[in-house]
Amino acid sequence: MEAVIKEIIVGYESEKTPLISILHRVQDKLGYLSEEVLKLVAKYLDLPLSKVYGVASFYTLLDTEEKGENIVRVCESAPCHVKGSMNVLTELKSELGIDIGETTKDNKFSLELTSCLGVCGVAPAIMVNDQVYGNLTAKKLEEILEKY
Amino acid sequence: MKVKINGEELEATAGQTVLEVAKKAGIEIPTLCYLKDKNEIGVCRICMVKVEGGGGGYEPAFVLQVSDGLEIETNTPEVRELRRLNLELILANHPQDCLSCERSLNCELQGLSKELGVDGSRFAGKRIEHQLDESTPSLIRDPNKCVKCRRCVSVCNDSQGVKVLFPNNRGFETLIAPFFNKDLDEVACSLCGQCLHACPVAAIKENDAIDNVWEALNDDNQHVVVQIAPAVRVSIGEEFGVEPGTPMTNKLVTACRKLGFDKVFDTDFTADLTIMEEGHELLSRLKEGGPFPLLTSCSPGWIKYVEHFHNDFLPNLSSCKSPQQMFGALAKSYYADIENLSREEITVVSVMPCTAKKFEATREEMMKDGSQDVDLVLTTRELARMLKMTGVDFLNLSGSDFDDPLGISTGAADIFGVTGGVMEAALRTVYEKLTGEELSGLRLTEAKGLTGVREAKIELSNQTIKVAVVSGLGNASKVLEAVKRGEKEYHFIEAMACPGGCVGGGGQPIPTNEEIVMKRGQGLYNINNSKSLRKSHENPVIQELYEEYLEGVGNKKAHQLLHTTYQKRAK
Repeated sequence: MEAVIKEIIVGYESEKTPLISILHRVQDKLGYLSEEVLKLVAKYLDLPLSKVYGVASFYTLLDTEEKGENIVRVCESAPCHVKGSMNVLTELKSELGIDIGETTKDNKFSLELTSCLGVCGVAPAIMVNDQVYGNLTAKKLEEILEKY
Repeated sequence: MKVKINGEELEATAGQTVLEVAKKAGIEIPTLCYLKDKNEIGVCRICMVKVEGGGGGYEPAFVLQVSDGLEIETNTPEVRELRRLNLELILANHPQDCLSCERSLNCELQGLSKELGVDGSRFAGKRIEHQLDESTPSLIRDPNKCVKCRRCVSVCNDSQGVKVLFPNNRGFETLIAPFFNKDLDEVACSLCGQCLHACPVAAIKENDAIDNVWEALNDDNQHVVVQIAPAVRVSIGEEFGVEPGTPMTNKLVTACRKLGFDKVFDTDFTADLTIMEEGHELLSRLKEGGPFPLLTSCSPGWIKYVEHFHNDFLPNLSSCKSPQQMFGALAKSYYADIENLSREEITVVSVMPCTAKKFEATREEMMKDGSQDVDLVLTTRELARMLKMTGVDFLNLSGSDFDDPLGISTGAADIFGVTGGVMEAALRTVYEKLTGEELSGLRLTEAKGLTGVREAKIELSNQTIKVAVVSGLGNASKVLEAVKRGEKEYHFIEAMACPGGCVGGGGQPIPTNEEIVMKRGQGLYNINNSKSLRKSHENPVIQELYEEYLEGVGNKKAHQLLHTTYQKRAK
């Protein structure tokens, strides 16, 4: 773990404020940003741990807790809200049987909210892992979840 | 350049903010998150002003810098309404339990509500209920009351360099807390309490010991003694409307008797004793050639900070217990013998300007046979609250003197409570021991390349010793780093966790700011000047104590009672 983090940090040596990029890369490699991971990031970047955690917990795309295999993120921004994101959320909750911030028993899905995904034209939208889905309906949601 | 505020033409210079220019012209603009030179980020939007002309709009006054021809309105109905709106939005997420809140009447949020004419909050909604952090004996964090101004964050990170508090999460869920929202006892907090002074509300407060003290006072089987720290006597008056720095020593003694303490003693006494022991330690290190620099050990926030962040310096810390703990140790041995009481029959209460002292009293190194030497620690504020509860007419009390024998002290002890005081007190004794002459004042000058650090060279018979004085943990850390890098060499460093020393301690009355801290410090020097005895080794009771009980300075018995050890803690 330490070697992975060190290697990633070395790649950003020329950048002035690389923290966010580093956290993304580290999460890609190690799954999520545990206390142990953040302590190492703080150590090698010579930043206070409080600041590293503050940044990691600020961004919804960074996870400081272990998540399921697939993360379903529902956009909670205004355009999606107007186009019915709350219905999407209700649908997902009942489909998966979990609440926001929870993970299904089989560890397959975690449900999260996210701020704007930048695809307001196809609102309401969700993101599953790296894939964005728009113009959602209940039927579409079912199909999407089946893919995973 | 010229700017216009409320139609009045004013002279301004580049780099000034609208807030500064307005203040100079006698125009007050309300603020909440602003803490001069520390927190200038404009998050609360209370100080909004209107910018007239093209591209104008509303801007926060302490962020907006002046430009030539800038026209500002600070007092239109729209500006007032905007400020009130922003305040009401903050209030919507604040438990409005002012009646039972310890910050009532000195709460900045409460003051602003009145000032801005808030007459009920138009907004009400869901609030996240947070658990209190009561993990340490020193401080309680109540995130429910937090207004997210981040003043504590700037003080913890920048001034004190402790860096445990930071905004976690985002938006509605923002929580100012240590990493992973841990409690303070799980992180490298020094417990200095400077965050408490930065807090405009009661989101950070002391862990109150008042009920426990009442319980002890009401227990007929307990002989309850109290010790009062030097810095308390020049600040407690503020709680009763007296100017900062006014010595209230004798009224304070009478007041404590009225509360029911069996004996009222003076931490000054053991401050004199600390000088004897620490002076001896410096002399023997000079003889043995180190380890240097010797670091003072009377500030428990500083000690905890070194244990967390600079534990390679643990051998440098003076092994002397702090005056509070020396007092506790003596009260339950020397004094207990005099009174023919057992250790269990005595309760030692102290009144300290400090939140970290509450922690210090519970340290395992300070225990004897499983019980604490100092049982309960009150801050200056808590003592004032107790006095108010009993209806003691503090300002009209007639004064009285401390009890014998732990109540006699010299001026050297009084200045313990102000930055530079311990150094001066120690050198008065050490200099005289080595040269046979009296030290004529200690002239400290700003250390080159290290702001906030003062230093001096003292010529002794056959050597020159270099000393440094520093207050505030951020500054203290810089000195240690400079020593580590070999850029600075000192024999002796006095370090205090709080800016200005104990007069600026986390347990002192609210508000505590630079100007008030200066006045309190001057008050202690005034007390020193008014005393005929100003050198610790001249204290007759200290001399007697060494002869009759401690078997001489630096001796085994003295060492057992008055010295301690330290431990490494995680960063």
